[in-house]
Amino acid sequence: MINALVAVAMIICAIQAIRVKKLLSAALWLAGCSAMVALMLYLLGAPEIAVIELSVGAGLVTVLFVFAINIIGDEKPVTEPGIPPLIAWALVILSIGILAYLNLPLLSEVIPDLAEIPMASTTIWTDRMLDVILQIVLIFVGVMGVINLISDSKAKEKNQ
Amino acid sequence: MTNIPMIIMLAVLGLVGVGFYALLATRNLIKVIIALQILVKGGLLAMVLAGRIQGQVMVGQSMALTAIVADTIVAVVGLALAVQVRKHHGTIDLKQLTKLKR
Repeated sequence: MINALVAVAMIICAIQAIRVKKLLSAALWLAGCSAMVALMLYLLGAPEIAVIELSVGAGLVTVLFVFAINIIGDEKPVTEPGIPPLIAWALVILSIGILAYLNLPLLSEVIPDLAEIPMASTTIWTDRMLDVILQIVLIFVGVMGVINLISDSKAKEKNQ
Repeated sequence: MTNIPMIIMLAVLGLVGVGFYALLATRNLIKVIIALQILVKGGLLAMVLAGRIQGQVMVGQSMALTAIVADTIVAVVGLALAVQVRKHHGTIDLKQLTKLKR
């Protein structure tokens, strides 16, 4: 029951995030969607991932969005879509249909119980070392991006 | 009882559909990044669900962790790009940007 409620709230937040005209409201709706995803992950038995998603997805990304929108300024909204809506709808329905056709038969009726789960830290540090290295590299790239964002805002202030 | 994997899978399909539509239809660079975020959130949920159903819980979760990190970096770099594009060209409308000639 609660899963269905959270799922509905998640999709409503996602639709609102792309529907609202103001960019700032869209960023806040995205944060709400992220929080709902975190709640769903917690209900699914992944509390660590839920905490990380909540702090990074709903916290850090929202702060960055608000910061960037503050620099860019709210442009006047563009009403006409990028490609004709009919084609967009057709492509979306086609892709969702293929995904549903491939995935829905694989689902089991009930989720198996969590029996013996290895420690999260052992799995991450021993079996998936490559992932950790990739994450470190990615974080350096992110630092470069943040430096870019911040230095630009400073240059703008200097110009003014 | 309610079928929890089915509910979550439908939520995943909904998120992916919303994100994909926004990616196709929107013209604002910031909205494109928001659409990418929504799309990846669907994938994240699907990864954890798949790990849970297959009994390989930690594999799904560590992949989800990597996906979160990559998603955040994509958002950061995309926002920095949007700021630079706005600074140099004065607009973040994708259609106007494709019309620009150098």
